[in-house]
Amino acid sequence: MYEILNKEVLAQGTVVLNEISAPRIAGKAKPGQFVILKANETGERVPLTMADSDPKRGTITIIYQVVGKSTHMFADMPVGASYQDVIGPLGKATHLEKVGRVACVGGGTGVAVLHPITRGMKEAGNEVIAIIGARNKDLLILEDKMRAASHVLKVCTDDGSYGHHGFVTDVLKGYLTGPEKVDLVVGIGPVPMMKFLTKLTKEYGVKTMVSLNPIMVDGTGMCGCCRVTVGGKTQFACVDGPEFDGHTVDFDELTQRLAAYREDEAKSWARYKEECACRTR
Amino acid sequence: MSDKPVDKPKKDKVPRQAMPEQEPQVRARNFEEVPLGLSAESAVLEASRCLQCKKPSCVEGCPVNVQIPEFIKCMAEGDFLGGIRQIWQRNSLPAVCGRVCPQEAQCEGSCVLGKKDAPVAIGNLERFAADWARKGGTAELPPKAPPTGKKVAVVGAGPASLTVAGDLILRGHEVTMFEAFHRPGGVLVYGIPEFRLPKEIVFSEVNFLERLGVKLECNTVVGRSITVDELFEEGFDAIFVAVGAGLPKFLGIPGENYIGVYSANEYLTRSNLMKAYLFPKYDTPVVIGKQVVVLGGGNVAMDSARTALRLGADQVHIVYRRSRDEMPARAAEVHHAEEEGVKFQFLTAPTKFIADDKGRVTAMECQRMELGEPDASGRRRPVIIKGSEFILDCDLAVIAVGAGPNPLLTSSTPGIALNKWGYIDADPKTGKTALKGVWAGGDIVTGSATVILAMGAGRLAANSIHDYLMRGW
Repeated sequence: MYEILNKEVLAQGTVVLNEISAPRIAGKAKPGQFVILKANETGERVPLTMADSDPKRGTITIIYQVVGKSTHMFADMPVGASYQDVIGPLGKATHLEKVGRVACVGGGTGVAVLHPITRGMKEAGNEVIAIIGARNKDLLILEDKMRAASHVLKVCTDDGSYGHHGFVTDVLKGYLTGPEKVDLVVGIGPVPMMKFLTKLTKEYGVKTMVSLNPIMVDGTGMCGCCRVTVGGKTQFACVDGPEFDGHTVDFDELTQRLAAYREDEAKSWARYKEECACRTR
Repeated sequence: MSDKPVDKPKKDKVPRQAMPEQEPQVRARNFEEVPLGLSAESAVLEASRCLQCKKPSCVEGCPVNVQIPEFIKCMAEGDFLGGIRQIWQRNSLPAVCGRVCPQEAQCEGSCVLGKKDAPVAIGNLERFAADWARKGGTAELPPKAPPTGKKVAVVGAGPASLTVAGDLILRGHEVTMFEAFHRPGGVLVYGIPEFRLPKEIVFSEVNFLERLGVKLECNTVVGRSITVDELFEEGFDAIFVAVGAGLPKFLGIPGENYIGVYSANEYLTRSNLMKAYLFPKYDTPVVIGKQVVVLGGGNVAMDSARTALRLGADQVHIVYRRSRDEMPARAAEVHHAEEEGVKFQFLTAPTKFIADDKGRVTAMECQRMELGEPDASGRRRPVIIKGSEFILDCDLAVIAVGAGPNPLLTSSTPGIALNKWGYIDADPKTGKTALKGVWAGGDIVTGSATVILAMGAGRLAANSIHDYLMRGW
């Protein structure tokens, strides 16, 4: 069993942080890698890229947006409760090396995944510009941590309630057209964001890494559920990724595949809400 | 003549006892096991058919050499405890083997009675003995040798690993089994459906090993969570690797990534391991197809087709590019599938998938084939008939054309030698790999094969590991 040692509710309850006891995983985890979590006997296997790991404490940290049954079930677990299964670390770690000037761009809960990569890029000796965004101020997460992990932090909100009024791509464009060259962009966030971000950086010929989050089952390359088309070839995000060269990813296919179980997910979520209502009544 | 009966009441008067089964129309819509099991009376009758050959060819036909005449003799006398004890000497997973072994190609295929009449139903008897023991016939455990102080890591928890774990724990070694999934059993749990092998049986077999002292660590992906080298650093003296052939093969045709096109591994894992057939009670969903196509002609294709029926399909087509004679599936599986209403399209190959604007598969384009000259495998090579394209409507397609070696462990284990296909190069007699202290067996050595062959490899490796631990490499 994998006990929840610490829990924080972020972004007005829509995003939750769990620090989970998992010594074997914590000892191995590197930025960019993910775990698969299963809450209980009947639960599904949910892949989440780790937001942090602490080998000394033997813990890993995940930050997730609460959207459907599984994530609500996760969010409903108090400190002291345990996940039945946590598997990892899975996927390839981010390739952290000194390339010069790196822009780390994150949207929504993607910022959680971006944070350890940003930190790693800075530790590797890069000049790191971080650009993070959310729909509004209340939904913005990890601002302080991202500021500490980078040299410059820019914040944007879609509604202008905080920082720059507009999208992260607008701010990034300023750097791409600026006098100093950007050597690498790391972009992590919702699929539409990554799609437009890579379109932009392609125009300027700047290499861009993205971290993909397709639906998975085993996470070890056994089932092919997470297949994505990259450079015209089928790749398994769980073992070949989750990070890929963003300029070669077929985001439209990824969007379609992410919607594969939308009706089932809605049914599950409705059923869970009903069960919870029964319990509190 | 060696095959002379030992004593002869009129044995030829007893016909082979039929296995009672659920009616095809009923079972095609539920996940309950298809064969219901022999009654005690018919088990004794069936056992009485055995001629007790002095040189039993059935034993030679068995990859783990179960002492078949000895166990059947006990069964004929109604001594079921004696029967299961005889089996346990050579086979730690009889409830599984009695259900999934290709007996017609092994023990029963070698039975002398089969020359003129039906062979003794060895598989059904093995199943009966194991079920009898599991259902409370006996709680006894086999005796264990005194502790040797040696530690063995077994990587994977499928049939090869379960055999190695069982053999070595009885010889006094400490055994820890590492499983990547959240449940042990390997293909027995994620691959073979409930209606063919109830999961309760697999867990009971694993529980038997745990009662013997085998430690089990699930959720541990060797190659990621820990490497083979680190297992040695943790103090293991020997490592057995049996991680299976867990890399799905796709066809490489257009449209393969549409929604509703699955690898058989994914389709079966969702249904079996994750229990998607019980959605929404279990949270993992699976696409429910009304018009289903399954590509391939092996047991996995049969399992996928029969699963689709049970999940509510109106029509299921198995599409296979060769003819019926070349199908690698076990005869009983093909028979069961046909009885349940699965249709076969032989000499047919897919060329592309077609989808709607949401990317959901709606049809598959196929073309007809004819058999040409034999290929390297000795089977006649299917050749395309030009202009024979046609469309098969489908809202679910399952690709069951085989699997390859998963590189997760092998790529993180420097020095382990692989063959040109990426399978581990291991000595067929001992399971020894190129790395000192590391053995391998099962599908990661042979490519996709059967449960019992994996168990046979496990048995040989266990003997070699024991020898090494007691005497050195």
